[in-house]
This record gives sequence, structure tokens and C-alpha cells, in this order.
Amino acid sequence: MFHRLILVVAVLAAAVLLAGSALAAPPHRIVSLSPTATETLFAIGAGKQVVAVDDQSDYPKRAPLTSLSGFTPNVEAIASYHPDLVVVQYDAGGVVEGLRKLDIRVLVQPSAKGLAVAYAQIHQLGTISGHKKAAAALVVRMKRAIAKAVKSTPRRKLSVYHELSPDYYSATSTTFIGRIYKLFGLRNIADAADSSGSGYPQLSAEYILSANPALIVLADTRCCGQSVASVSGRAGWSNVAAVRTRSVVAIDDSIASRWGPRIVQFVQAIAKVLRRR
Amino acid sequence: MRLAAAAVFLAAALLTGVLVGPVDLGALDVVHATFAHVFGLHSPLSGSDDAILWQLRLPRVVLGALVGGTLAAAGAAYQGVFRNPLADPYLLGAAAGAGLGATLVAAYAPDTSLAGDLLPISAFVGAGIAVVAAYVLGRSAGAAAGPAALVLAGVTIASFFTALQIFVQQQHVETVQEVYSWLLGRLSTAGWREVGIIAPYAAASWLILLGHRRLLDVLAVGDDEAAALGVNVARVRLFVVVAATIATAAAVAVSGLIAFVGIIVPHTIRLLVGGSYRLLLPLSVLVGAGFLVFADVIARTVMSPAELPIGVVTAFFGAPFFAVVLRTSRRHA
Repeated sequence: MFHRLILVVAVLAAAVLLAGSALAAPPHRIVSLSPTATETLFAIGAGKQVVAVDDQSDYPKRAPLTSLSGFTPNVEAIASYHPDLVVVQYDAGGVVEGLRKLDIRVLVQPSAKGLAVAYAQIHQLGTISGHKKAAAALVVRMKRAIAKAVKSTPRRKLSVYHELSPDYYSATSTTFIGRIYKLFGLRNIADAADSSGSGYPQLSAEYILSANPALIVLADTRCCGQSVASVSGRAGWSNVAAVRTRSVVAIDDSIASRWGPRIVQFVQAIAKVLRRR
Repeated sequence: MRLAAAAVFLAAALLTGVLVGPVDLGALDVVHATFAHVFGLHSPLSGSDDAILWQLRLPRVVLGALVGGTLAAAGAAYQGVFRNPLADPYLLGAAAGAGLGATLVAAYAPDTSLAGDLLPISAFVGAGIAVVAAYVLGRSAGAAAGPAALVLAGVTIASFFTALQIFVQQQHVETVQEVYSWLLGRLSTAGWREVGIIAPYAAASWLILLGHRRLLDVLAVGDDEAAALGVNVARVRLFVVVAATIATAAAVAVSGLIAFVGIIVPHTIRLLVGGSYRLLLPLSVLVGAGFLVFADVIARTVMSPAELPIGVVTAFFGAPFFAVVLRTSRRHA
């Protein structure tokens, strides 16, 4: 009788322990609906745990691209991958609540407003996915590379125009990408135009020409086919300092619009042009 | 007299449009430089200021005038031909068709859109297909059904094309911003190229519509009465609709959807000078052109150096203005 009780207790204890370790175990079926999180997961060695990524997660190439959408997510479609962790950028259409009802763990990683938040999100993904050390190492590498690139440029107060679309939407210094320009001490011409504080004003062409930016960064190369040549060919733009001094940088939109590990490449591209000037 | 007043209004709009902008170029220099360019003389402005005036501001003002005049004339013509005061240039599905065309390009040929030629062409073709479909559908109801059948057909086609457009947009969420900016209308990227695209269509449609202005007056009394007076009602309707639609499609192709101009301008003129098309059509062209140029001045200066979508300005300032005209004219009557 007493022995049987001990046996029951032991079995119960073992069950609790097993369940506990299962809870603590890192997820092995991750669905990422955030292109930035996808890049981070693969960069910290959690790529093997990722079973599906959304239709915008086009990097790295080996990520399991699906037709899942992060903008109009469908809970059933996500659940069909039997995930034990879903990473989203924002709670579109109540997807977080829907997934939690199915007892699926959800991690929300909203767009970062600065590098500190971007680093924190990498640490968080590392901790949850069981790659804490790799994530910490990645952050250290990013910090070093960015510091080195910034240091390699002469400190001159040049003006920059960041182009998001060919109808002149831009990003101010309050945005993530705008803060990167601040690292270099650049003056952002969009700042004067953001009376509504959205961070993404539409500039008038007249203003861009009169502001005469020393550096133009094109973040609309993939979406809208813009290039150094097409900017030089725009009516009236040949006199702009950036065009005259060949300081127009064409950047892959996806690098310039995400806040993941590849932001280092963006910083290095800017540094390269600034060194040449 | 009234035509002269409208011409002065347009001239004032053009002058304001050229003189006012996010960058102050100096009034005298602007006038001087404009004449210098027209007559091939040396411009007094510096290189970049000269580019701002000649490459950015002037084509934008000219395009605004062409689009405004076209939309207002097309709106007036549609209202006459359908005897429907709510008719606007987009009534027969031109807007929905153009929207679908633009969205398809943004979704399936993204690197050519916005900057390239494909988007205006596709918007133009989309508008044309929508209106032809609406016309065929409306005529299939039989001539006896009259203009109401055409209007209903237009609503049907517009709903269907809008549904298709939203579907394509949902499948390609990355196009949302681009399509949205197009839907709100834009003159912000206008250049001489856009002026060249729309100018022949605008000129042809103005001539055809102005040539039909007496027939539109006859049509206003009713289809049977007009037929009794010897007017080929179906032919007049077809001619006017085709002319107005082609011009609308060209306007939409270069400037997106600019709302309200086609309704507000003709109705304001009706309230001020009466409904005869002999005066209404030429006045619509002049006042519509001036109205859109003024609206664009507001669009590019009120938030300067940021831009405001022109469709927001036309609706925001046009609607209250129309309300005032409506009230004062009632008091006088």
C-alpha cells in the first residue's frame, strides 16, 4: 500500500518534471511573420527550428518562404504548420489573441525606433529560441562593425536625403533609419518637413532641389526600379550636389526597411560613400 | 463678360501657381525667367533655381490646369448627357478601371511603376475597358431604358472592378502605399512628359465637347423631345461620352484620382450663371483649370516643405465652398 503510494508520487513527480522541461525546452517549430525576425533567427543559428516564414521574408534565401501574410494573417493557416512559437511584427487582425486561444506562444517584436531596441529584440529571440550565446555574440559583432564604420568617416556636417519612393516620401531623424544617419552626424533634410510628426513626410521636389543634399540614399531600388542613373536623369536634378559628386547610394529596400543584422551592411555602404567625399 | 471673368480667374491661378512654392524665387525673376525660356533667351535665375522653375513648377502648373479643365468639362458633359446632377467624370467606371490598371502594374511589374510609362498606359487602358463594358452593358438594357440604365451599368462595373482591385492589392500588400498615393491623386511628380501625354487628349476633348454644347442644351429637355427636334440622341450621347471618357482617362493616367473637381466646378457655375451648356462648358474648362491650379498651390505650400495629396485639398476646400454657393444662391432665389 505504502509502496504503491510512493510509486504514484514518483510517477507524478516525473510527469511534472517532464512537463516542466518540455515548457522550458526551446521551440522547434517556429513560424516567423516578421522579415526582420526571420533574418535574426537564421543569423543566430535558429534557422533549423523555423518551419515557415511569411511572404515578405525573402532573406536569407534558405528560409522556408510560404504564402503566409504578416499584414493579413490567417490563424488557421498559421496553425496548420503546428508551430510552438509564432513571431509577429504587430497584432494584425487580432492574430495574437487567435493564436493564444490555440495555446500557441506568440512573440510580438514591433518595428524598432533605434539600435538599442533592435539589439534587445535579437537578445530576446536568442533567449527564447535557445541560442542566447549566439545572439549575444551577434550583437557584439554588429556593435563593433557599426562603430568601426562610423569611425572611418570624416566628421563633416553633410546633408542627406533618404528616398522611400519616387514620389519623394522620406524618413526623418526620429525613425530607425534616420537615427543611423545621426550616427554619422548627417543633417536630414526631411526633418524640416515633418510637421505632423509621422516620421515619413512626403517632400516636394522643389524643396529637395533647393535643399541641395550632399548625399542621396535610394531605398526604392527594388520596389520602384530607381537607380543612380534614373535619379541623375530626373528633370532638374543634375545640379544637386549628391548627383554632381556621385554621392547617390542605391540600397536594397529590404535592407533599409528592416532593423535586423543586415543593418550593418547599410551602415557600411553609407560609410563608404562618406569616406570618398 | 462672364468668360472674361473666368479667364481672369484662370490667369490669376496660373500666376499664383508660378510665383508661389516651397522655394521663394522672387516674383520678377520668375516672370523674367519664364519669358526667357519661352523665347529661348538667357534666364536670370541660378542653375538650380532655374531647374526648380522650369522643370518642376511650370509643368506642374500647366498639368494642373489641363487636368482641372478636363475633369470639370467632362463632369459637366456627363451631367448633361445623363441628366443626372450627381454624375461625375468617374461615373461610368473610369476611376475603378484606371485603379485596377494601376494596381495591376504596381503588383506585377513593380520596378516599372511610378517612374515608368507602364502605369499611365495601364490606367488609361483600364479606364477605357471599364467604360466600354459599362456602355455595352447599359445598351443591352435597350434604348428605352434611357440614361438610367447606363448609370446603373456604370455603378455595376465600378463595383466589380473595385473588387478586383482590392483583391489584387490584398495579394500584394507591398503595393498598398503606392496605390494609395495614386488614388489620392498627385501632381507632385509632374514634368513636361506628363503634360505631353495629356495635352492632345485634353485639347481634342475640349473641342468635341464645346462643339456639342448646343446639342447638350437640346438633350436637357428629354430624349423624346430632343429626337422630335431632329437630334440623333444616341449618337450625341455616344460622342460626348467617348470624348469625355478619353480625356478623363488621360487625366487619371497622369495625375491619379482627383475627386470633386468634376462635380463642384460645373455646379458652382450653374448656381452662379445658370445651366445653359453654351456658357457652362467653356466656363467649366476655364474655372476647372484655375480651381485645380489653386488647389495645387495649397497642396504644395500649406505643409511646406512637405506635400499634401491634392485629392484631400480639392475635397476639403471644394465641399465647403460648394455649400456656401448653395446657401447664397437659395437666398437670392
